[in-house]
Amino acid sequence: MKIVLENLTKTFPGRGKKDRNDVTAVDHISCEIPDGELIALLGPSGCGKSTTLNLLCGLEKPTAGSIYFGEENITELPPELRGVGMVFQNYALYPHMTVKQNILFPLENLKGKDRPSKEEMVNRAMETARLVQIEELMDRKPKELSGGQQQRVAIARALVKMPRVLLLDEPLSNLDARLRLQTREEIRKIQKKTGITTVFVTHDQDEAMSISDRIAVMRSGVLMQIGKPQEVYDNPASLFVAKFLGTPPINVFEGNVRGGMLYIGDEAVLSTEGVPDQEVFVGIRPEGFILKEDGPLTCQLERVEIMGRDISIISSHKACAGQNIRSIINAETKVDTASPSVRFALKPGKVFLFRKETEERIVF
Amino acid sequence: MNTNNKKAWLYLLPATLFLAFFLVYPLIDVFIYSVEEGYNFASQTYFGTGLYNFSYVLHDPFFLQAVKNTFILVIITVPVSTGLALLISAGLSSIRPLRDLFQTIYFLPYVTNTLAVGLVFMILFQKTEYTDGLVNLILGWFGRGPVDFIDGPYWAKMFVLCFYTIWIVMPFKILVLTSALSSVNPDYYRAARVDGTPRLRVFTKITLPMISPMIFYLVITGFIGAFKAYSDAVALFGTDLNAAGMNTIVGYVYDMLYGDSGGYPSYASAAAVILFAIVLTITCVNLLASRKKVRI
Repeated sequence: MKIVLENLTKTFPGRGKKDRNDVTAVDHISCEIPDGELIALLGPSGCGKSTTLNLLCGLEKPTAGSIYFGEENITELPPELRGVGMVFQNYALYPHMTVKQNILFPLENLKGKDRPSKEEMVNRAMETARLVQIEELMDRKPKELSGGQQQRVAIARALVKMPRVLLLDEPLSNLDARLRLQTREEIRKIQKKTGITTVFVTHDQDEAMSISDRIAVMRSGVLMQIGKPQEVYDNPASLFVAKFLGTPPINVFEGNVRGGMLYIGDEAVLSTEGVPDQEVFVGIRPEGFILKEDGPLTCQLERVEIMGRDISIISSHKACAGQNIRSIINAETKVDTASPSVRFALKPGKVFLFRKETEERIVF
Repeated sequence: MNTNNKKAWLYLLPATLFLAFFLVYPLIDVFIYSVEEGYNFASQTYFGTGLYNFSYVLHDPFFLQAVKNTFILVIITVPVSTGLALLISAGLSSIRPLRDLFQTIYFLPYVTNTLAVGLVFMILFQKTEYTDGLVNLILGWFGRGPVDFIDGPYWAKMFVLCFYTIWIVMPFKILVLTSALSSVNPDYYRAARVDGTPRLRVFTKITLPMISPMIFYLVITGFIGAFKAYSDAVALFGTDLNAAGMNTIVGYVYDMLYGDSGGYPSYASAAAVILFAIVLTITCVNLLASRKKVRI
């Protein structure tokens, strides 16, 4: 089911003693999510991504704007009529019910002609349990399950009523690091198998990049950019998006464009044909550095970290906005660790310019 | 015994001594009194040992009346007060405005003196030569004759006693249940809402099981409290409860010790031991039942 958001806005009344202004959690978001895709809502905490999810599932009413599932306007519909399945961050499995009872619960709520027969309910529950591979856990209580198993039960409970849209709130945040890797593959597989349009909320860019078809980056209620993960990574629309995506994070310098050349410090490092003279922020991805003896960018060498497949050179520069510059170089390259400085050339596709005032991208 | 163990016993000593003196010793003493026939406080003498005290108490019509009264009181007030408290606290937790005010109002009976409340109940229910009382006035509007609730028929007196007891025990139950209700994670309700669960089903399938440990706690303490009822009856019917036919088991024990017919510590102890046995049995049954039901 295609999801369309139109000018979606949610404000909460101010509760603070001093600050009585309304808080805008979601600020005029418009976007379109194609049918059958897995979308990550990505952003730092408090950016409104969970509120957006609550608006989608109907637990919150928008202040303005509308939501469409397909061609149907569902803005005013209560949650149960929207056909959404929701997986909560803490899974919200009913602790006094067995796994089977938990999965059956949404079906038993159905009324009238929608209500399947007892037999069919059990069949559907078993089928969903098989899909998420928990069929041998059906008689256990949630507290007898591991975190990963609990989450699968929560997903099964959300899927059993065959929703049009599946919503996951921070699905991996309660799992340990190993399980997280495994579970995200799992979620991806289940989503592919069922073909349900899925929206999941996360603050972990790694998670978002690795499994989603599309990521939507949010900041203080505003949708900064939406696109395929690689596109957003290669073409960030703003400094915020560039900084938010990628591990290790992008290196930011203060620079100058003068006469079609980009200067960092006093060194002209890159040709930027067609960009008017101005002060800029320069973002360089760690993989955008090439170690070169006569390279234009000179940095003070701090240390070298060996990581097997590649090496990571930690250096510093007075124009760098962060503390250190981290560059990732192929391990076959020889580095003179005794030298006090190191010189780099830059890969043009890995260097981004942003306006100093607005932090918007300057395309060159 | 190693040093750590000795230390542990040293730390436990104050509490152990305190409990031994004021709890274990009296308990054993009561058991001893209950088998000593005709024990006399003043002379510290008794005729012999045996089970005569129990036999006497169990054949005493006043004791049987007290047992009957106590059982009726327990069977009516515990379920009714718990049920009402559940309804009220569920109502309280679903309203937002004025919740604190209502909580305070519902809690007032708990901090009010039992005897003062008894006085008010007497004014409400008593029929005297001068006035029929407020309740009878209201009954009159519905064409029912005046009933003397304080000195009248047995069922009327029992009604007032139950009414009074329920009114007195409710605040604590409401307090416990409102806090139990508010401790249920709201995500369960949100999950239920997304699945379109009807409200009644949310209450019976989610809320009730979640707070069931608290409900069972209230039922068990309610049973124990109601079996030990005494002051409520005194507040309503005065100290001569045997004459009013409204005595309770604890009242009977008191009467045997200090009442007009008192001075029989042996009989009092026997009655106390019987009460102990009843409460212990009921509590064990309750715990067994709850172990089957409450599983979170």
